[in-house]
Amino acid sequence: MAAKTLTIDGRLISAAEDQTVLQAAKDAGIQIPTLCHLEGLSDIGACRLCVVEVAGSNKLLPACVTRIAEGMQVRTDTERLRHYRRMVLELLFAERNHVCAVCVANGHCELQALALALGMDHVRFEYRFPKYSVDITHHSFGIDHNRCILCTRCVRVCWYIEGAGTKNVAGRGAECRIITDLNQSWGTSETCTSCGKCVQACPTGALFKRGSAVAEMERDRTRLEFIVNAREKKQWIV
Amino acid sequence: MDRLKIATAWMGGCSGCHMSFLDLDEWLFDLAAAVDVVYSPVIDVKVYPRGVDVCLIEGAVANEDNLELLLQIRERTRILVAFGDCAVTGNVTAMRNPLGNADPVLNRAYLRPEDLHPRLPAEPGILPALLPRVLPIQEAVPVDYYIPGCPPPAARIRAILQQLVAGQVPTQTGADLTYG
Ligand code: SF4
Ligand code: SF4
Ligand code: FES
Repeated sequence: MAAKTLTIDGRLISAAEDQTVLQAAKDAGIQIPTLCHLEGLSDIGACRLCVVEVAGSNKLLPACVTRIAEGMQVRTDTERLRHYRRMVLELLFAERNHVCAVCVANGHCELQALALALGMDHVRFEYRFPKYSVDITHHSFGIDHNRCILCTRCVRVCWYIEGAGTKNVAGRGAECRIITDLNQSWGTSETCTSCGKCVQACPTGALFKRGSAVAEMERDRTRLEFIVNAREKKQWIV
Repeated sequence: MDRLKIATAWMGGCSGCHMSFLDLDEWLFDLAAAVDVVYSPVIDVKVYPRGVDVCLIEGAVANEDNLELLLQIRERTRILVAFGDCAVTGNVTAMRNPLGNADPVLNRAYLRPEDLHPRLPAEPGILPALLPRVLPIQEAVPVDYYIPGCPPPAARIRAILQQLVAGQVPTQTGADLTYG
């Protein structure tokens, strides 16, 4: 595959032509914050945490779904980017009900970790305090919509890694939510294989193993990595 | 320079932030040597004084007394610090907000079928009414600095106080911004 050269944060980098800015940056050891991206899943550019500046464009571009181009000049860490990333984060916190102190994911949450990485000492927007339900009808797992950030990692892992197609997205705007099959309780699903991949993929405390108490929901992504490696690199042995 | 006048206040919170403050142990002697503590749940002063330099506020604004005191504090204080997750985000205190108003929690707590004479507490002038919506401090008054944490670890509180006593702008980064 042909290589292309570009600069990221002033560094000259050469990368395979089909790579995204996020992949090229990662290979060069440059960290860009992400939330909806999960290694092995196709990217959809939902969260906008990974926005970067590209010379010649006024728009901020999501690094996870932007292909590299010859001569591209990318900046990943500017005042303007920090401003918008923090705003995105604050909107996520204001949108639903995040109470880290009593959350199953406390201490193991990617959203919580980003808050401190991006210096979010408080939320400047008014909290919405919407009313959401918790579904614990499945025998092993639960979903707490209060903590969901609609990254759709669970949906993508369910459709494209497990191939079950149980998790879906319904509604628009503030009504948008993750549903099971045709919007029914999880426990009544006939398509769910109870594989738990959605629970492992979730970045927050929204999906959890039933019985987890505060701070107990630690994820193990090694099974996902194993399957993705096996498929993409044909490596079957760990 | 005059000695700094410091206050702490306790609103809708569990007092855990104040416990964490007391966890500073012998450093409190150093603090007492450098500043005057003019109002706090741990000292016996009934009225919030004027001309306070720094006030740490624990808890969210949950009832009418909280709101009245907070407005008074803001008016009489130079630097206001939201102290702990309830003050900064509403946290557990605000978990009743999605229910609409205070009635569901009051009913659940006081009108229980197993009680012989269930009744809602009502002592006008003594018992402040709950606000329909619990507010993080910054949704009620302007706040200068924030200390997240449930509770904030003692070292985090100490770092902020040291910077304030030294007349610096407190800066927190990384793990000092952990919620929960
Ligand atoms: S999902 Fe993460 S950010 Fe939200 S309450 Fe739980 S730990 Fe906090
Ligand atoms: S449940 Fe978890 S993985 Fe699914 S969209 Fe919500 S936050 Fe993302
Ligand atoms: S990680 Fe790129 S938009 Fe979410």
